Amino acid sequence: MDADVDPRIVKYRVTVYTPESPLRHPSKFARDMISDLWSSRELAWRLFVRDLRAQYRTSLLGYVWVFLPPLVASLPFVYLNSAGVIRIGNIPIPYAAYAMVSAIIWQTFVDALNSPLRSVNAARAMLTRINFPREAILLSGLMQVGFAFVVRLVLVIGVFAAFALKPPATSPLFLVGMISIALTGFMIGLVLTPIGVLYGDVQHSLPIASTFLMLITPVLYPVPSSGLGATVASLNPLTPLITTTRDWLTTGAAVQQIAFLVVSGVTVTLLLLAWVLYRLALPHVVARLGN
Amino acid sequence: MSSNELVRVERVSKKFCRTLKRSLWYGLKDTASEMFGGRSSDQLRTDEFWAVDNVSLALARGECLGLIGRNGAGKTTLLKMLNGLIKPDMGRIELAGRVGALISLGAGFNPILTGRENIYVNGSVLGLTKREIDSKLTEIVEFAEIGDFIDTPVQSYSAGMQVRLGFAVATAIKPDVLLLDEVLAVGDVAFRAKCYERLAHIRDSAAFILVSHDTDQIARVCSKVLVLNAGRVRYLGDVGEGIRTYEELARQRMSMAPHEQTAAGAVASIVSCDETIADGGALNVSLSLETNDAVAVADVRVVLWGDDGLAALDSYTRTQGSSLRLQPGCNVLKLTVGPLRLKRGRYAISIAVLDRSNNRHLYWGERIRTVDVDGPPAGAVSYTPPLMCAAVGSENDPGPQSSAPSSTCA
Repeated sequence: MDADVDPRIVKYRVTVYTPESPLRHPSKFARDMISDLWSSRELAWRLFVRDLRAQYRTSLLGYVWVFLPPLVASLPFVYLNSAGVIRIGNIPIPYAAYAMVSAIIWQTFVDALNSPLRSVNAARAMLTRINFPREAILLSGLMQVGFAFVVRLVLVIGVFAAFALKPPATSPLFLVGMISIALTGFMIGLVLTPIGVLYGDVQHSLPIASTFLMLITPVLYPVPSSGLGATVASLNPLTPLITTTRDWLTTGAAVQQIAFLVVSGVTVTLLLLAWVLYRLALPHVVARLGN
Repeated sequence: MSSNELVRVERVSKKFCRTLKRSLWYGLKDTASEMFGGRSSDQLRTDEFWAVDNVSLALARGECLGLIGRNGAGKTTLLKMLNGLIKPDMGRIELAGRVGALISLGAGFNPILTGRENIYVNGSVLGLTKREIDSKLTEIVEFAEIGDFIDTPVQSYSAGMQVRLGFAVATAIKPDVLLLDEVLAVGDVAFRAKCYERLAHIRDSAAFILVSHDTDQIARVCSKVLVLNAGRVRYLGDVGEGIRTYEELARQRMSMAPHEQTAAGAVASIVSCDETIADGGALNVSLSLETNDAVAVADVRVVLWGDDGLAALDSYTRTQGSSLRLQPGCNVLKLTVGPLRLKRGRYAISIAVLDRSNNRHLYWGERIRTVDVDGPPAGAVSYTPPLMCAAVGSENDPGPQSSAPSSTCA
């Protein structure tokens, strides 16, 4: 929050609240962002552990809920492909492994996309009553996304073992790709959060939008080489993220690495802007949430 | 800010919107305008009103400000601005040092987790590090009187236990400025007393702002009072004067109309009633009651209502073992309640006369008169002074309190 040090009071931090937009003092605003992010680490970890414990204490199946979504998303495609209903183009590894790995990659994107709005909505009571670094709930949401991914990584390893696949030398880069994918989803979710907290429409549309996005993004199929599919895929900024990350893990021959870097750079820039928007919006949003 | 001043509020205002749909839309617009460096205007838009209007105050270390006002007067909004939860639309707020706030107890509690786990979560929400919480854990558990329940999920705690735990954690942060929003209204008497003790303990080292509807609590704890009415400062200053202002406001909106009722065949009227009572004096009322039938044993009940809408006293001849006989025809009842030791103020009087055999109301007058009592400005007195009643009809044996029969019955 706003803080000036009054020269007459050396000992105390003076906090100032005014109607002025904090963007009028950009360097101070940036310093506040960084210091709040830094000071929210411990709280973020606590909130993460709290939510994780609460979640698994009230769930019989526990981690199964982490595995299920990507499995359920990929199995129909595996079935349709094996039944010959659809024809997936040339892929370097068995389709079942390909589909499962891809679905896990995509699920992390979806998790990250939903994360900010979900975290903020879950923290409504705290937001309207307690002043704490607002970054903490975002960070704890990211930790949850990361945790779910780590659990699913076990599934990836299982798939590799089951199909006797040998990971290529580029496979550690897979983690870099995953971070970029998660941050992209998170960035989009964060941009939508201020509107989404006020209007339920965003929350309703997110699952529909993500299903649609999955089908037009080369997730469960390779990039089409011609036709409308090729055009859509080339315009879709998610294409290089998904394909490059997947290639790094499966074949080691990633063809869209430049595009991957460009999209990642744009993501990081937009993420900073989304963070600024989040900080500016929260006091207004909290005022509209009432008690 | 001067060196001892911890809170300074200068001409602070905040707009709210009456309709939800517009409110949400304005929220989006305000966010967007701030993205481009703008600020909210000092003009009201459609459906908006000033929830807090031009409020200024200053508070030094060791001072405690009581914030009073009816529901919707802007108390919580002001507190939320002070705590940085929402932005002021106009004005400026400065706070020095560590700010602790209890806008609501246990806001960060997760019901599924244990008390211990929640202490760590709530502690870090309030800005404590793990090490700080470790060192304060015993003290917190002891103060909250949680004992063996510390490793039980919070959802099986009673409401009082949750409140105790929340208060214990929140005051463990040793704030320079402490904002308390009616949190002490919950919790049992013993715990409340303990809370006051703790507040008194940290009082010298901090500046407090305490929101409460309980004027006795304000009078006991605060050194200054701010009365808010519809967002504006109605009074700021001395505690006694502030409480009087607030009670005057409360009186103005008490619109409980007096009403009278008599049993079929009965006729009743108030012959005389004291309008003022000195401290320690008695309330004298004389009531004429005409009945068709004799009543073997009648009871009289007198209730005085304070301006908080609560009964200040409730005196009933039945519980005091007295008996009263009513003759057919005219009876004049002389009632004396006292000595009265009530808080200064205006009280509404309700009187009922009942037939003990069937508990039927012969007469029932609700808030039929008011009486101004001159007493101490603060203090809660709830007690039952003796109520003497004598019927002085033509054939009645005059009681000790009786005087000459009056001729009010038709």
